[in-house]
Amino acid sequence: MSSYGVFILSAYLVVLVVLGGLTIASLSARAKVRRELASRGLDRKR
Amino acid sequence: MADLHFLANPARFRRFSQRMLPGLTLATVLSLAVGLYLALLQSPPDYQQGETVRIMFVHVPSAWLSMAGYALLAVLGASLLVWRHPLAALMARAAAPVGASFALVCLLTGSLWGRPMWGTYWAWDARLTSMLLLFFLYLGHIALSRAYDDPDRGDRAAAILALVGVINLPIIKFSVDWWNTLHQPASIMRLDAPAIHPSILMPLLWMAGSFLLLFIVLVLVRTETEIDRRRLEIADQSA
Repeated sequence: MSSYGVFILSAYLVVLVVLGGLTIASLSARAKVRRELASRGLDRKR
Repeated sequence: MADLHFLANPARFRRFSQRMLPGLTLATVLSLAVGLYLALLQSPPDYQQGETVRIMFVHVPSAWLSMAGYALLAVLGASLLVWRHPLAALMARAAAPVGASFALVCLLTGSLWGRPMWGTYWAWDARLTSMLLLFFLYLGHIALSRAYDDPDRGDRAAAILALVGVINLPIIKFSVDWWNTLHQPASIMRLDAPAIHPSILMPLLWMAGSFLLLFIVLVLVRTETEIDRRRLEIADQSA
């Protein structure tokens, strides 16, 4: 890449951190809530 | 329309979402992989902006989705306030952080694009300022929906903010026409043909499709979580 490579790579790193972080947070929140439902016996199919 | 009403029931929506998510997730991963190849390796440098045009492939789709996400919040807000749609509040809680994240990506990547092109990371230009306002509206929505002990009150307050804030969307879109801005004018969503060469337009549209898939997957996952969380709250109250 050119001398502007640092800006380009930083932009893609921002995407990875923000959207990747949101994806991980969303999946872990769902897993946590599901565990809580299961521990209370509320995880039956509705 | 009948199908949308069918999905208004949270339990039915949850079953629908669980059926859709595996395929959508696979499509998102594959689409993003192809999109990154097109954006970083296959597309040519721009004749004016050189290699920095590659930032556009993540910046522009983020901008579109942050605006589309806010329009979704407004529709959900109206559904909640007018029809008391049972799913609307839950989906709005799920979608607001997703839209805020895309707005943040848009602002940060725009800043990183602005430095080499404009010589500055930030300017109080109409387009940039209205986009920053959109990000703050998202933060306000997230904060308001969680500000009350009674979640219904919080959801209604956030819905009103979503409806009031929707006026910012045309301001963002037309800011480059209404004011003299540092930001370039619209080059894709124009009345005449796009002003971008197809070799750059194609990767851009591909990345926009990939980001849209990611947006949908995230909203579905988070809506499922909100539905389950509400079930836990109801169980707590009845215990």
